Amino acid sequence: MALKNKRVVRFWQIAVFVIVIALWYVLTSPTLLPPIFFKNAQQAAFFFGEPQVVAQRTWEWFASGEIYIHLGITLIETVLAFFLGTLSGLAIGMWLALAPSASAVFDPYIKGANAMPRVILAPIFAVWFGLGIASKVALGMTLVFFIVFFNVFQGVREVSPVVLANARMLGANKRQLLRSVYLPSAMSWVFSSLHTSVGLAFVGAVVGEYLGSSRGVGYLILQAEGTFDINTVFAGIVVLTAFALILDALVGLVETRLMKWQPKSGETERL
Amino acid sequence: MSAVTSSSAALSFEQVTCTFISNDDPKQRYTAVKDVTLSVAPGEFVSVVGPTGCGKSTLLNVGAGLLAPSSGTVRVFGQTLDSRTQGVNKRAGYMFQAEALMPWRSALANVTAGLQFRGVAANDATSRGTEWLARVGLAGFEDRFPHQLSGGMRKRVALAQVLVLDPDIILMDEPFSALDVQTRQLMENEVLDLWQAKRKAVLFITHDLDEAIAMSDRVIVLSAGPATRPIAEFAIDLARPRDVAEIRSDPRFVEIHKRIWAAMKDEVLKGYSQTKVKANA
Repeated sequence: MALKNKRVVRFWQIAVFVIVIALWYVLTSPTLLPPIFFKNAQQAAFFFGEPQVVAQRTWEWFASGEIYIHLGITLIETVLAFFLGTLSGLAIGMWLALAPSASAVFDPYIKGANAMPRVILAPIFAVWFGLGIASKVALGMTLVFFIVFFNVFQGVREVSPVVLANARMLGANKRQLLRSVYLPSAMSWVFSSLHTSVGLAFVGAVVGEYLGSSRGVGYLILQAEGTFDINTVFAGIVVLTAFALILDALVGLVETRLMKWQPKSGETERL
Repeated sequence: MSAVTSSSAALSFEQVTCTFISNDDPKQRYTAVKDVTLSVAPGEFVSVVGPTGCGKSTLLNVGAGLLAPSSGTVRVFGQTLDSRTQGVNKRAGYMFQAEALMPWRSALANVTAGLQFRGVAANDATSRGTEWLARVGLAGFEDRFPHQLSGGMRKRVALAQVLVLDPDIILMDEPFSALDVQTRQLMENEVLDLWQAKRKAVLFITHDLDEAIAMSDRVIVLSAGPATRPIAEFAIDLARPRDVAEIRSDPRFVEIHKRIWAAMKDEVLKGYSQTKVKANA
């Protein structure tokens, strides 16, 4: 079966969603099937939740407005971590890539900091920055920073020497080289990393909330887990996933606007 | 014409030697060019031919100030060029062999890049850039990015990019070697027309003897590497304006070609056998 066009693909995408939800519903419903694995008909729903309850929970959150304050906090943390991490990664990546002696000195420390499982820093940040937004932003930043940093570093290193020599011959000074050659060349690497970064900024925010907070979607999930309310945990996951996808799409939008100079394969028009 | 003194020359090399240190083994040395003395008078079109891999590009990079020679001096209109302290040769434009356009800039933005770097007002730069794109036959292609242009079009943009700055010296490193024969002859004629109008000093590097003779006032033959040096020099007294395609059948062209080839042949064979030895080693 060849997937001829977008509509067929879209149909199957929706079909997969429907099938998974239907299976989930059938296998966890206390009344539809006799218990297969568990002793008690209620147990499957207890462990795996029920899709209609998850949907209802999510709806209630938005209808009552209860979620907005938590979602707002989580999104602020994510966006701040994303921007601060990206900017610092960009600046320090540029600097080290263009300063070979500094990069030689810092190389082992950067490798070490990158190899360290940085989620472990969350409790330390909570002690340093308190239980508010700052500690979550700091955690998300450390996750985003290294992704962007390594990509910028690589991007600057991979600048075509001919393009660089040409810009110099055309009279570019150091600052102009940075703006007109190094930065645009590094940007294509940075944008490919930003999709990963958005996800990691979310991880930073939610893990931070999970470890200690009084607000945020991570906090809601933690509360629900404390009462074994699996449906609410799933509802939290659904909301987080939806907003991660939205942020990712926004990055994609900016990327297509800024990266329109990049060749794409198959640019022919169908007549 | 060959007796240009270094003080009146647009660009002159005096005893220039370039020795590279091997990246893999710091004790290894490779001398690309050795004791090269040559000069280009203002308004003169000089070609340098030589076997592949003989250090022609090295010589051009030294003249551009992108590479500092190990010893010897480069003078630009009598002024010593010290690339370690002064940076690149500001009076020269350089047309590279490889793709040198900035892929993130449109054709027009590429042409105006040099003007922008020099602080020319944006609308002035745009009008000059548009004019030059039209002059190289690319009117209407201002907004295209390099990847949307063909190889020949990209070379035209690169040519406009260099010439819009009106440099006194034009350095060209096998600029048309990647083009097909027809496009190449068109570009060669275009360059000759533009040169004829402005009469800049041109140092043209090529491995194609036909191209060198058809375009230049003077052809300098380099020996095979390592330690490349000029071994012969020929004045080309063919009448201008020339058409590079037609002039190839001119009896005088054939005669000059025969003479230069006689001087070059041994070096080409030497260069070829050296690369063969390297490949077998």
